[in-house]
Amino acid sequence: MKKLLVSPAPHIHGKESTRGLMRDVIIALAPSLLVSIYFFGFSAIKLAFVGTITCVLVEYAIQKYIIKAKPSVKDYSAALTGLLLALNLPPNSPWWIVFIGSLVAIGIAKMSFGGLGQNLFNPALVGRVFLLVSFPVIMTDWTTPASWFREGIDSSTGATALSIVKEGLSKGMSMDEIFAQNDFSYAQMLFSKIGGSVGEVSAFALLLGLVYLIVRKVIRPHIPLSILGSVAIFSGIFWLISPENYPDPVFTLLTGGILMGAIFMATDYVTSPMSSKGMVIYGVGIGIITVLIRFYGAYPEGISFAILIMNATVPLLNNYFKPERFGKEVKNG
Amino acid sequence: MTTTIIFTIVSLTLLGLVLALILYFVAQRFKVEEDPRIDDVEAILPGANCGGCGFAGCRAFAEGCVKAESLDALSCPVGGNEVMKSVASYLGMSVAEKAPQVAVVRCNGNCDTRAKTNHYDGYSSCAVMSTLYSGDTGCSYGCLGHGDCVVSCSFDAIHMDPRTGLPEVDQDKCTACGACVKACPKMIIELRNKGPKNRRIFVSCINKDKGGVARKACTVACIGCLKCQKVCPFEAITISNNLAYIDFNKCKLCRKCVTECPTHAIWEVNFPIRLPKPVESINVEQ
Amino acid sequence: MSRTFSIGGIHPGDNKISANAAIENFPLMETAYISLSQHLGAPAEPVVAKGDKVKTGQLIAKANGFISANIHSSVSGTVTSIEPYPDLSGNLVPHIIIKVEGDEWLEGIDRSEDIVREISMDSKEIIGRIADAGVVGLGGAAFPTHIKLSPPPNKKAEFLMINGAECEPYLTSDYRVMLESTEQILIGTKIMMKALGVKKAYFGVEENKPAAIKKLKAVASKGYKEIKIVSLKKMYPQGGEKQLIDAILKRRVPSMGLPIDTGVVVHNVGTALAVYEAIQKNKPLIDGVVTVTGKCMTEQRNFRLRVGTSFDTIMFAIGGFPKDAVKLVNGGPMMGKAISKMEAASVKSTSALLLLTDKETRRGVEGNCIRCGKCVDVCPMGLEPYLLNRLSRANRLEDLEVNMVHDCIECGSCMYSCPANIPLLDTIRLTKTQVLRIIRSRPKK
Repeated sequence: MKKLLVSPAPHIHGKESTRGLMRDVIIALAPSLLVSIYFFGFSAIKLAFVGTITCVLVEYAIQKYIIKAKPSVKDYSAALTGLLLALNLPPNSPWWIVFIGSLVAIGIAKMSFGGLGQNLFNPALVGRVFLLVSFPVIMTDWTTPASWFREGIDSSTGATALSIVKEGLSKGMSMDEIFAQNDFSYAQMLFSKIGGSVGEVSAFALLLGLVYLIVRKVIRPHIPLSILGSVAIFSGIFWLISPENYPDPVFTLLTGGILMGAIFMATDYVTSPMSSKGMVIYGVGIGIITVLIRFYGAYPEGISFAILIMNATVPLLNNYFKPERFGKEVKNG
Repeated sequence: MTTTIIFTIVSLTLLGLVLALILYFVAQRFKVEEDPRIDDVEAILPGANCGGCGFAGCRAFAEGCVKAESLDALSCPVGGNEVMKSVASYLGMSVAEKAPQVAVVRCNGNCDTRAKTNHYDGYSSCAVMSTLYSGDTGCSYGCLGHGDCVVSCSFDAIHMDPRTGLPEVDQDKCTACGACVKACPKMIIELRNKGPKNRRIFVSCINKDKGGVARKACTVACIGCLKCQKVCPFEAITISNNLAYIDFNKCKLCRKCVTECPTHAIWEVNFPIRLPKPVESINVEQ
Repeated sequence: MSRTFSIGGIHPGDNKISANAAIENFPLMETAYISLSQHLGAPAEPVVAKGDKVKTGQLIAKANGFISANIHSSVSGTVTSIEPYPDLSGNLVPHIIIKVEGDEWLEGIDRSEDIVREISMDSKEIIGRIADAGVVGLGGAAFPTHIKLSPPPNKKAEFLMINGAECEPYLTSDYRVMLESTEQILIGTKIMMKALGVKKAYFGVEENKPAAIKKLKAVASKGYKEIKIVSLKKMYPQGGEKQLIDAILKRRVPSMGLPIDTGVVVHNVGTALAVYEAIQKNKPLIDGVVTVTGKCMTEQRNFRLRVGTSFDTIMFAIGGFPKDAVKLVNGGPMMGKAISKMEAASVKSTSALLLLTDKETRRGVEGNCIRCGKCVDVCPMGLEPYLLNRLSRANRLEDLEVNMVHDCIECGSCMYSCPANIPLLDTIRLTKTQVLRIIRSRPKK
């Protein structure tokens, strides 16, 4: 007689898997990676390769030899962390920078909390911020290496648009003067930025990734939109009050890794809130803190710190902003 | 430079004093008057917080002891008679001695004797499985084998035997707190007297089906054949709903029923192996 | 934009592969195994004894207690025994076992195909007759219908709602009934409206059944104007009472409340047909339409099946248990119950037998929760399944109550969507019953 299989309902399951979701995020990063390979050539490939491989190997080694758990590197989450980290480094970084960053990201930020799903802070961002405070010179050297399609830019002009603006403002120049001197244009920023991290070269490629993620229902648009919206509104207020001293919102949005952070870093499942309300508050918090750091802080950009600060509030947000309950309030008619 | 240091020291000291004063007044204002004996009784208790006494934890039990008129209804299964005696002497009361108990698993249907009829594909928990269906063998009373009892034990005294798929109690570690009895959705585990020299006899089955049905599902099931009842010289065995039960207060450990049982559903524990007539006796904990 | 409920919901594949199979009468079985507890509540009390001759439609067990229903013989023959027999979950419960001899029906049951339109009974008579006929809700829970039709005196029913959503994948029995017995259902609806004393009824059908909607609208326009056919956007779990009321009327049943708290009584399509047959044809509830389906089967069927047919018999009739199938589900794939014993027999509320292969149904390996929030997104009750699962495993009942575990309708949407294959519903279901018991044991304010 046939032994029937018995299990509680439901008896069918959706096709989504952790692995599939992570793979979708990697696919969404592909346009940015390709653009950066176009601009930075071998350097971009090297960083992405070292980052990915190191993260995967470190996670495997920790699971296998230290905590003696079943290795779960097949779910692509470590590979994604490595790739994200690599895409957030200056293009000319040496290989050991991304190696150290990966060690910190996986070893400290992820595995010491208990692995996938347990970490409080976004591992790739922890790795990046660790590098930023430990190796400030390398991490702010925006010289671009030569690629097959483009010659390298020498270090004197290799600064990011943001740091140029910040420096110019501190010298007492007005925004118009800075723009005139440096020949910034939005088209340039949208398709090939003047300087910046590997993955941030083209805002267009990042937005393509966002569209892919939303269409595939990997993420909901709440977080990226609330970050971008709040940055635009908040920095717009500053700009309207004093256009002389503050860059306009479009410039703010297109520079300094805001898109990268809003689309790929802040939306990390593990370190973002669960409910829609929580997501919006989280996004607005990131937006406001970013603008404050940019305009008043020591660093030219601020989204990395803003996301990490808001990561810390996620458990609270989850606790206080519950989804709308069906049966809580009686609304008749 | 010196002024800075002095200013720092003075301001921090002042701050500390002010906060200490606030703390002191708050503590005075919200002070809860408690019987000091509760602390002392709690110190006597083992501190396992297992809940076996029926209270939420050791402190709640200590409070219960202090407030109680008599200690007869109260008992700490972990500490046993000794702890209860010291609690009683501290509180100036008397306590009746209780026979030490141990948890026994009343199912012996292992993988060989109880054929599988289904596969289970759900959360590994007896509670979940038992709400879903009767179990993946023909016996709807027997052990489900997902180890809810193991999880419930605070003393590491019960483990799944991978060979039989049944839980096994470590009689030295078991404190008879009753957590596993509550955890088992099939109510298989029972607290029984440990017995003299740890020897005890019990029916290792709770199948209430008719003999034929029970036997078909499991070759070592109690089939309610009445043989043990007839052979028992002490009237310790009762049979209801096709199931035998041995009253441990009446049982004199003569072992007649063990040899009589046609399905070997009656177990003897910690007896010496019989020499003259070698009967297949199953000694679980040796 | 057509209507649907306001929170959550999922789109599992439709798979209505048996939609075009017309209802056929299942051949008479040799032995009927009629369970005495086919409904929510206490088992019925048998009124026949071993050796008695019974006729089809004869009362064989009486309702026992308030929430209970009469049981009638679905066959004619001799009672061979009343003994414990495995039910759907393999537990032995008392069954009346009848050896089938011919098919002799009790006098007074109208077996003709003629449609009787005139409703001659008054409200009280209708409810009494429904109770006599042993009609129970055929939407799954098998709650006795006559109790649902008699709301407590302090609550007033405003509307009757007929649930034709059939949102579960695979199931087509309601669809076939809507197509083949359209007018009978509408008469059944009118009977229930009369019993409740309401003036208006809503009939909700999902958009993926255009033929049924068209036919219902056509028939309703001729003489059943008080029944409004509502086309609903396809979304699971629309067939849940609370979701259906929200979708059609935008009223929300409060937590721990019943549909009657919003002035609505919801009944299933199958129940409407059973009511029609009980009142107009004097036929007790002894059979029902059952979809027998599965991708592993060559032929998809919709049967009119007598209560008490063993699953062995059904499998034999469709040409044996398919080789690839590993699981037999009583009901739909989302909320149905897996059957553990093939010898068990169908009950009144059996609406489908679904055969699933290992690949279709086997659960994936459980991974870590990645806190993606998909379970929160899809939960139609606005709960947080990931959190409830964690609290359940730690058995924190107080926190579970604060997070409203008792509102869970066990639709399975969370578990369906979980990318990490976490058995969310398994653990939640367990603590939900515990929390409900605690809440109900509290003194009423």
